[in-house]
Amino acid sequence: MSFIPNILFALALIAGVGFFAKNVKKLMRNIKLGQDVDVSDKKSERWRNMAMIALGQSKMVKRPIAGFLHVIVYVGFIIINIEVLEIIIDGLFGTHRIFSSIGSLYGVLIGSFEILAVLVLVSVIVFWIRRNIIKIKRFWKSEMTAWPKNDANYILYFEMVLMTLFLVMNATDIPFQNMDSGNVISQFIAPWFSSLPETTLHIIERSAWWLHILGILVFLNYLYYSKHLHILLAFPNTYYGSVKPKGQFSNLESVTKEVKMMMDPNVDPFAAPPEGAENAVPAKFGASDVQDLNWVQLLNAYTCTECGRCTSECPANLTGKKLSPRKIMMDTRDRLEEVGKNIDANNGEFKEDGKQLLDDYITREELWACTSCNACVEACPVSIDPLSIIMDMRRYLVMEQSAAPVELNNMMTNIENNGAPWPYNQMDRLNWKNE
Amino acid sequence: MSEQLKVPTMQEAMAEGRQPDYLFWVGSAGAFDDRAKKITKAFVKLLNKANVDFAVLGIEESDSGDAAKRAGNEFLFQMQAMTNIEVMNMYQVKKIITTDPHDFNTLKNEYPGLGGNYEVYHHTQFLKQLISEGRIKVKESEFKGKNVTFHDPCYLGRANDVFEAPRALIETLGVNFKEMKRSQRTSLCCGAGGAQMFKEPEKGDKDINVLRTEDALETNPEVIITACPFCNTMMTDGVKAKEKEDNIQVMDIAELIADAED
Repeated sequence: MSFIPNILFALALIAGVGFFAKNVKKLMRNIKLGQDVDVSDKKSERWRNMAMIALGQSKMVKRPIAGFLHVIVYVGFIIINIEVLEIIIDGLFGTHRIFSSIGSLYGVLIGSFEILAVLVLVSVIVFWIRRNIIKIKRFWKSEMTAWPKNDANYILYFEMVLMTLFLVMNATDIPFQNMDSGNVISQFIAPWFSSLPETTLHIIERSAWWLHILGILVFLNYLYYSKHLHILLAFPNTYYGSVKPKGQFSNLESVTKEVKMMMDPNVDPFAAPPEGAENAVPAKFGASDVQDLNWVQLLNAYTCTECGRCTSECPANLTGKKLSPRKIMMDTRDRLEEVGKNIDANNGEFKEDGKQLLDDYITREELWACTSCNACVEACPVSIDPLSIIMDMRRYLVMEQSAAPVELNNMMTNIENNGAPWPYNQMDRLNWKNE
Repeated sequence: MSEQLKVPTMQEAMAEGRQPDYLFWVGSAGAFDDRAKKITKAFVKLLNKANVDFAVLGIEESDSGDAAKRAGNEFLFQMQAMTNIEVMNMYQVKKIITTDPHDFNTLKNEYPGLGGNYEVYHHTQFLKQLISEGRIKVKESEFKGKNVTFHDPCYLGRANDVFEAPRALIETLGVNFKEMKRSQRTSLCCGAGGAQMFKEPEKGDKDINVLRTEDALETNPEVIITACPFCNTMMTDGVKAKEKEDNIQVMDIAELIADAED
C-alpha cells in the first residue's frame, strides 16, 4: 500500500494542473474576443522590453522600496520553484530529496532557497504592513474595496503560509538536518521541535510537505480569479506592449478609408458599392464594450495587478476627479469576465445582456477627465496602457453618439469651419506677423 | 520687438522659385492665442537672427487636428491631417519646426501614417542646434542668476522623450535652475492636454494647473519656464490663482533665448 501517497500525489497534480489549463484556455478565449491588432513589428525591441521590464523588473525599481521588496519576492518565487521540481519527482516516485544525490551543490541550493524564503517572508510581511497598517494611499482608493482589497491580502497570506511551510518542512526533516548541509535557516527552527518524538516530527514534516505542494497547486489555480495573474502575463504583456512613442495614437483605418473617399474628387458618391461590399459590416468607430477593444488591451486588463502606480500619478485623480486609470483596467477585466461567463452559459454564443463597458462600468465623467498625459502609461511596471482604452471610448462617444461635452463640440465645430479651435477666421492666420 | 520680422510664406517662396529649408509650423495657438503669439514672434526673431531659410504656410495652414483627435474625433483629425499633408506635400516640405509640442507630436508621429513624412523638430531642439552651430550667441541675459524651474510639456517629454534640449538651452542662460520634484518622465501634466484646454474640468477638489503650479512654487522660482503654448496658459493661470503674478513670470524658453541674444 506504500504507493497510495504516490497515486494521491499524481491525482492532485493532474487535478491542479488540469483545472489551471482549463482556465488558461478560457483566459485565451476571452482575450481573443478583442479585435485584431498587428504586433508583428520590431521583434527585437519587443524581446528587449520583455527582458528589461518583466524579467529585469526595470520599471518596478523606479519606486525603490516597493521595487526592492518586489524583486526579492520575484526572485524567491522563481528560484524556490526549482524546489517544486524536486517535490514533484519525490511525490510521484516516492523518493526523498532526489536531488540530494548531487552532493554539496544540493546544500548550496537548498541553503539559498532557505535564505530566500526568509527574505520573501519578511518582504511579504512588509507589504502587508504597507497595505494594512501604514495604509499607503494608492491601496485605499475607492476602487480598492471588497474583493480587490481582500484579494491583495489573500495573496500575501498565501505567500506567508507557503514560505513558512517550506521552512518547517526542512526543519522537521531529520535526515536533512543530519546531513547538516543547506539547513542555513532551518537549523535554527529545528530546536523548536526537538522535544517532540521522531514519529511526530515525521508527521509534521510530511504534513508540511503535502500542504506546501497542495498550497502551490491551489495558488496556481487561484491566479485566474485574482489580480495575481501578472506573475505569468507580465511576460507576454511587456512583449506586446507599445513600441511607439507614447504620444503616437493609432490612426483609425476605417476612418482613413472614408476620409480618403470624401477628399478624392474622382470618387462618385452615388456609385454602387463594389462587389461584396454589401455584406461588409459597417465598422463601429471606437469602443463601447470589451469586444470593441483590441486583444492587447484585453491582455492588459488581465495583467493588471492593481498596484495603483498609474492612479497615484494621474493628474485627474490627484486633483480629486473620478478618473482612476487602475479602475479603467479593473472595469475592463470585470466586464470581460462577465462576457466570458455569458458565453459559457450560452453554449459559446454571447447573448445580449443589455450591458456594456461604457456607462455600466466606466462613466463618461471618468473618460472626459483624462488629459492624455501618459503618466499612467509611464508609471505602469508591466506596460499596461489605460490611456488607449480611454481614447477608444471617447472615439465611440464622439463618432457614434456625438456625445462630447458641449465646449468640445464648439471647439470641433470651429476647427471644421475655420481651421482653428477658436472662432477666428482662417484668413487672419498670419496677422500675428504685423501685430 | 521693434525690428521688422521677416516671415516669408511658402507661397511667396514658390513664386520666387525658392525651396525653403524649413517649414515653420505656427499652429493654431501660435497664430491666434495672444500669449502664444509673443512666443511665435520671439522664435521668428531668432530664426531671422540665425538666417534660417524658412517659410510659413500662413493662411494655407489649418489646425493640425491634434485636439480633435484627443477629444475622440478621429474623422475631423484625419480630415485636417490630410488637408495639411496635401498642402505640405505640394510645397515638397521636408523639414518642419514648431513651437507647439502637441503639433510636434502629431506631425511627427501621426501624420506619417496618412502620407505626411517629414523631419519634425520642436523649437527647443532646433534652438539647441542653432546655438551649438554658433548661429545664435547667447549673451548677457536680464534673467542671469535668477531662480528658474522648467515644466516639461507631456507631449514633448514623456510622449517623445525630449528632455535634454530644453535643459541644455536653460543652461546657456546662466540662471539658477532647479528641477521640480516631479520632472522629466514623471512630470505632472499642466492640465491642458487631451483637449482639456477647451473645456471645464470635471468635478474634483482642485484644478490640475494649480497643483502643478504648487509643484513649481516649491522651487521658489522667479521664472517658470515652459516650452508649450498651452502649458504657458495653464501655468500663468495657476500663478494668478496663487496670487503670485507680481513675483513670478511664466515664459517660453524661446522668449528667454531671444531676450538674451542681443
